[in-house]
Amino acid sequence: MAAKRKTPVKSRNPDLIRGVGKYSRSKMYHKRGLWAIKAKNGGVFPRHDPKPKAPAAAAEKPPKFYPAEDVKKPLLNKRKPKPTKLRASITPGTVLILLAGRFMGKRVVFLKQLPSGLLLVTGPFKINGVPLRRVNQSYVIATSTKVDISGVNVEKFDDKYFAKEVDKKKKKSEGEFFEAEKEDKKKLPEDKKEDQKSVDASLIKSIEGVPDLKAYLAARFSLKSGMKPHELVF
Amino acid sequence: NSSILIPSPPLSSISNTITHKQTPKMPFKRYVEIGRVALVNYGKDYGKLVVIVDVVDQNRALVDAPDMVRGQMNFKRLTLTDITIDIPRVPKKKTLIEAMEKADVKNKWESSSWGRKLIVQKRRASLNDFDRFKLMLAKIKRSGVIKQELAKLKKENAS
Repeated sequence: MAAKRKTPVKSRNPDLIRGVGKYSRSKMYHKRGLWAIKAKNGGVFPRHDPKPKAPAAAAEKPPKFYPAEDVKKPLLNKRKPKPTKLRASITPGTVLILLAGRFMGKRVVFLKQLPSGLLLVTGPFKINGVPLRRVNQSYVIATSTKVDISGVNVEKFDDKYFAKEVDKKKKKSEGEFFEAEKEDKKKLPEDKKEDQKSVDASLIKSIEGVPDLKAYLAARFSLKSGMKPHELVF
Repeated sequence: NSSILIPSPPLSSISNTITHKQTPKMPFKRYVEIGRVALVNYGKDYGKLVVIVDVVDQNRALVDAPDMVRGQMNFKRLTLTDITIDIPRVPKKKTLIEAMEKADVKNKWESSSWGRKLIVQKRRASLNDFDRFKLMLAKIKRSGVIKQELAKLKKENAS
């Protein structure tokens, strides 16, 4: 096909009434410039030969098996899952309180939302021991405290970064079953440690700029006597 | 033929209040009167200061405030304050606002201990999680200083 136009061309034949145009066929022939195209092409309208089709794939073998009844084709599903809608109170740099898991009660800095919908979060590690981690939005309270996150580059982190390492399958003989199952704890690869350090470096600087913020992030949140969660402002 | 002696109120207490306040020694100190400032303690206008501009019947008053449409309210929804202002019965909004400025209701209220308590309550309720953390640190610091002084005094006393 000829190159597509950037904007679709408005019809050169305005409607007088729906179904009736202002200009006749001959007038439109002139308006569209078909005479000029023909003149350019030597009195004939340009004709492009159809592209030669690739030779048909080697003749398919007739199938060995024909089902007795008609087999229904499943309906086409073009649905693309979207990442979870992020709460308006959660913006990059927000301090979040984790509500479940190993780091329950820790106050943590939000970096960005990953394509799977999970939130990418970091302690920073030096301050409260929470590494770069994924966290579900539902298990988080967003506070109104924000940290300046402009110096941090989080482009390279996505869900694949956090995928588990796949072990090669090991065949176990009977004798080995009774030995210690795991050799030793998996070591964290050096490049992940480097990533943590680079992300945290600028974060820690902006955190130390605010008085008491470092101690705040280092402390855990807990409900004390008299605190009513539905009345607390976070 | 027992004559009831109604003692006249001392000169200092004569104001534009209704004359039912005749005996000087009454158990009540705050009365419903036109111009009495009250705090709304229930309903849509909870926490607002309003002025009683008229009495409808035994249970209800006509009540007005600079930022609200004049309307009736049951007395049970009002808590009387010590502040009164000088207004005629059912004044125009403009007159009401002028009278409130003249009596300086806002400042009187905010400097009264009741008003100050409410302000503190509101501030405490609006504290951020970070603010509560900073508050905790400040309390610890303050109590540390106090305990030091106390220890000093104890030492002096013991010796």
